[in-house]
Amino acid sequence: MQGVCSAAAAMAVELYLDLLSQPCRSVLIFAKKNNIPHEVKQVSLMDGEQHREDFGKVSLIRKVPALQDGDFCLAESPAILLYLARKFKTPDHWYPADLQQCARIDEYLSWQHCAIRLHGSKVFWLKLMIPEVLHVEVPKEKMDAAVEELNGSLKLLEEKFLQDRPFIAGDHISLADLVAIVEVMQPVAAGLDVFGGRPKLSAWRDRVQAAIGKELFDEVHQTVMGSQERVKVMDGSKLEFSKAKILKFFM
Amino acid sequence: MAARLGVEVYLDLLSQPCRALHILLGCTSLPHTVRHVALRRGDHRTPEFSQLNPMQKVPVMVDNGFVLTESDAIMKYLVNKYDVPEHWYPRQPERRARVDEYTAWHHTHTRPHAAKVFILEVLLPAQTSSPVDEERLSRAVSQLDDTLEKLESMFLRRQPFLCGDDVTVADLLAVCELMQPEAGGRDVLQQSPQLQRWKSRVRAAVGDAFDQAHAVLYAVRDRRRAKL
Repeated sequence: MQGVCSAAAAMAVELYLDLLSQPCRSVLIFAKKNNIPHEVKQVSLMDGEQHREDFGKVSLIRKVPALQDGDFCLAESPAILLYLARKFKTPDHWYPADLQQCARIDEYLSWQHCAIRLHGSKVFWLKLMIPEVLHVEVPKEKMDAAVEELNGSLKLLEEKFLQDRPFIAGDHISLADLVAIVEVMQPVAAGLDVFGGRPKLSAWRDRVQAAIGKELFDEVHQTVMGSQERVKVMDGSKLEFSKAKILKFFM
Repeated sequence: MAARLGVEVYLDLLSQPCRALHILLGCTSLPHTVRHVALRRGDHRTPEFSQLNPMQKVPVMVDNGFVLTESDAIMKYLVNKYDVPEHWYPRQPERRARVDEYTAWHHTHTRPHAAKVFILEVLLPAQTSSPVDEERLSRAVSQLDDTLEKLESMFLRRQPFLCGDDVTVADLLAVCELMQPEAGGRDVLQQSPQLQRWKSRVRAAVGDAFDQAHAVLYAVRDRRRAKL
């Protein structure tokens, strides 16, 4: 038994994560769902832990998520997800061998950076973090504009990427849906009613949650979903060092 | 049996990702047909084009009825599917992951930061007939310099190319973005000898395809110079 255990431990990848971050959630859900041997190393962005010296050795880019597999270090969630899928030979539907289907997933993973990811993050910061933690007032026009941009991206998600399919790449959940759902949940965590009035998106969300497993989904989302409560007691000084950068980026 | 025309690609060579795709097609000699889309004329907003791509963006690839957008997805698809040298998108998992890592980071760094310099220095003034907002441009240049520093220290490091020993689609995407400010006569790599050497290696690796893809950009640059 001991030999098997140490072999498994040797095989375990290290995942550097902060579950407040959307791409960290997709990586953790994927690893857990597929029973990929892994060890989670927490990196608290709010506490500036991404600037630690040891973390810099794993991720030159100093971003989470980051993966370490022996001597091999990798950043950027799409790259990490694809690497894990290939290395651990996860079920085909996550990233099919069929060239057109995997191209469809690559297309989504590419598009989403400057669309849902950007717009969902912006709403999260403008609606919750900037006013409640940085105590900076967000002008109504900026908030409205951010929600409009998000609406545009959600519309494209529904009309171009989903259309009449159950999932983005077809009949089964794939990496595209996983990356999409964690981003859509971010503005939800800030208190925006993203699913209200969007039956198609809601139905897709239900299918994705069912495919992942509601328990796993909720477990990984627990931290971010508690954001509205947490900001009431959060120490705003934690973010002071990046305040200027945050305001410049989002406002 | 119908003759295969190869893939159809909808391109505007003033667009950085379109040039990257054009270079890949050119130096791999993949049979293809170019359909020109003039963004300046609003060709991307026509009902026909919007039906093809509701995002109203270029490039778009059509391979016997299969429509694909997003330059990195298109290039990866072509390398996976057709008989081209695999170094463009290596099959070995760790080498492939390095390319995936760059193409993701590209969207949030190289692409927006280089594009912003071009937009502020060339596009906006041309579209609005107003002078360059020097303060905003200065900030954009500074932000791009930060990104170039990361490109060099995090990706290139001591390697010949961004993702290793061989040129990949990552190098094409990066070099085309960094060429865009040349439309305004600006060489963003002027202060970066390492990146200049990398760019020379990429040009050598792709041969004539580089200048062919950039001909339109050079023409824009030369016209502007003539006016000044």
